[in-house]
Amino acid sequence: MNDELKVALVGNPNTGKSTLFNVLTGLHQKVGNFPGVTVDKKIGYCKLPDGRSAQIIDLPGTYSLYPKSKDETIVFEVLADKSNPAHPDIVVIVADASNLKRNLLLYTQVADLKIPVIIALNMMDVARKNGTDINIDDLAVKLGVRIVPISARQDENVKELKEAIAYSSVLALQEDTIEVEALAPGLIGKIKEELQIDLPYTALQLAHQHENLRFLTPQQSDRIEELEQEFSFHSSKAQAAETIARYNFINDVLFDTVKHKSQAYEETISNRIDKILTHKVWGFIIFFGVLFAIFQGIFAWSEYPMSLIEQLFVWLADTAHSILPAGVFTDLLVDGVLAGLSGVLVFIPQIAILFAFISVLEDTGYMARVTFMMDKIMRKVGLNGKSVVPMIGGLACAVPSIMSARNIENWKDRMITIMVTPLISCSARLPVYTILISLVVPEKRVWGFINMQGIALMSLYILSIVSAIVVAWVMKSLIKARDRGYFIMELPVYRLPRWGNVGLTVFQKVKAFLFEAGKIIIAISIILWVMASYGPPAKQAAAEQKYKSAEYQSYSPEKLKLIKDADKLENSYAGVLGKAIEPAIKPLGYDWKIGIALITSFAAREVFVGTMATIYSVNGDGSNNESVREKMQSARNPETGEPVFTVATSFSLMIFYLFAMQCMSTLAIVYRETKSIKWPLMQFAYMSVLAYLASLIVFQVLK
Amino acid sequence: MKLSQLEPGQSGVIKEFTDLDMSVKLMEMGCLPGEPIVVERLAPLGDPMAITVSGYQLSLRKREASTIILQ
Repeated sequence: MNDELKVALVGNPNTGKSTLFNVLTGLHQKVGNFPGVTVDKKIGYCKLPDGRSAQIIDLPGTYSLYPKSKDETIVFEVLADKSNPAHPDIVVIVADASNLKRNLLLYTQVADLKIPVIIALNMMDVARKNGTDINIDDLAVKLGVRIVPISARQDENVKELKEAIAYSSVLALQEDTIEVEALAPGLIGKIKEELQIDLPYTALQLAHQHENLRFLTPQQSDRIEELEQEFSFHSSKAQAAETIARYNFINDVLFDTVKHKSQAYEETISNRIDKILTHKVWGFIIFFGVLFAIFQGIFAWSEYPMSLIEQLFVWLADTAHSILPAGVFTDLLVDGVLAGLSGVLVFIPQIAILFAFISVLEDTGYMARVTFMMDKIMRKVGLNGKSVVPMIGGLACAVPSIMSARNIENWKDRMITIMVTPLISCSARLPVYTILISLVVPEKRVWGFINMQGIALMSLYILSIVSAIVVAWVMKSLIKARDRGYFIMELPVYRLPRWGNVGLTVFQKVKAFLFEAGKIIIAISIILWVMASYGPPAKQAAAEQKYKSAEYQSYSPEKLKLIKDADKLENSYAGVLGKAIEPAIKPLGYDWKIGIALITSFAAREVFVGTMATIYSVNGDGSNNESVREKMQSARNPETGEPVFTVATSFSLMIFYLFAMQCMSTLAIVYRETKSIKWPLMQFAYMSVLAYLASLIVFQVLK
Repeated sequence: MKLSQLEPGQSGVIKEFTDLDMSVKLMEMGCLPGEPIVVERLAPLGDPMAITVSGYQLSLRKREASTIILQ
């Protein structure tokens, strides 16, 4: 018998619902996804005083059961559909005691779905400070529910809440709130009868939301549509009437149970802070300071742990090679699996640092002000005020930045942000830029202090940001909005961050990346390894044969290995593919060697340098930049004798790397964040086309 | 008078709405007829605006604020 109690947390945004979830479940939580939408499905477990275990599910914060976005439909779906795996036995409404009237609106809606309800009256400390006096006992009697005053931040009364959950009635005992049938006379009865629904309010909600509910069959939805025509049901009018009726009910209930004594205390402090933080001048200076700190954080602080992770894997690979017998399986394990694992783990520092920053910004309430300040500019190009953070993060790495776009509530804004973030030049492009710039841009100073190479690098970064903005602007008209672009947003009062919450967020984001995107990245990295180390058998055999000839016997073993490695790569599947695409990339000024580098770069852009090292038989690995540079500089086209890396080719290549989507980790995370193969494919397609055309123009003009 | 016409520091009382869909969302967030509203500040670029209504702060675009008619 399954005696596990299912409890859903429901409440308005900014009521401390997530804090309560964390307090109840601690580390016993897992974050998954609701099918079809990109809302975190947070499930945790909590031990109840009677010894049972309760499964707690944290539903997305919402002001009402009428969704503003597709993601919010999940709340009604879970609560109304008894066959939904997340359907709860008990709902805990988390309500902000300092703003009870608005919070009770959602309560009255949920109460009418007749699921047993408990109200957790959070932020009692704030309400007391604000001079709000709530007669909890009277209120509980009037509503017919158990009300537990808590303070999730201070961990106050959480034990009592657990007791209330454990000893809650299995039947819904709350009083009826409003006369639901009067809102759509006739229609509600008909829907109840035809769809066999017991509750009038569920029937009314179906009438409003049937187009978006996935638990209805298309026939049922069509039938509801017909009935609506028949009874000339007007959804917005009925919603307005319902909301007014509910507020009337709430006003009656609160009339003699809640007393306000003085003006809000925290509000005035927040106002004073806002005068500075959203000031015309200071506001922007502080905001750019914050962005700079984030950028520095992901760029500089992550460098040390990242190189540590890389070194660890180099050591592991060396050790594995020396312990395990040489052969295909060792190669697969070390060069395929271990290398892939290293490529996944290396992202952890950047993800952790970016999300530590973001959760502090969200927790304190500053993120809402960022949206407030940046909305006007960002809206013009189809982005959201909140898109600024992922885009700045994109300068370091697109992977954590795309994960952070989840904070953007508006679906269309979020999609556009995800689509353009990888255009912004990330740190992995830097090694490619530097080596190519050092090849063709003289290290000269203009006016004594401006370094030409520095200007070239800066221009690439500026171009990348401008292109992201332009593409966003184009997409604004191409992507169809799923929901109307409301921008009615709460500005929560400023609070100190809760470090426990920050830690949990970082932990969950890292975990989600490792387990969801990590699989894809390792799989692709193994494929790339096979492509680079194996080739058509006939070609491989011929190459092997070649080195048995007397001519090569005089070479030193090191030199022979270098030549062999280059030859092996040339005759691998990647090499064959590189040669096959040569006609296509010739107009861009690339030969097949560059073609191979473009293919292997798909693992990560900085692999370009390593591939160049192998293909030009450079001593040591790709870390020896100077010798790679010399080899590339002296590389000649065998037919014409001209240098391969001319100004035109090098700039064309830089522009190609600037635009092209050569990062499987980004594609993997875009797939994870959009839950659809369509978006990463579209992204790959448009960025490739952009890269091809732009480098074509650059090469043909500079040639 | 529309809410969007108020300057920071000015206040008014909500009378009615001109956009039905928007009014549903506004009411859910506490903007009810009869409720007093104070305009706290404008964003540095002049839009959106921050208002205090039923004890908390909301940010909304001027276009949205123009659907709220004041007494």
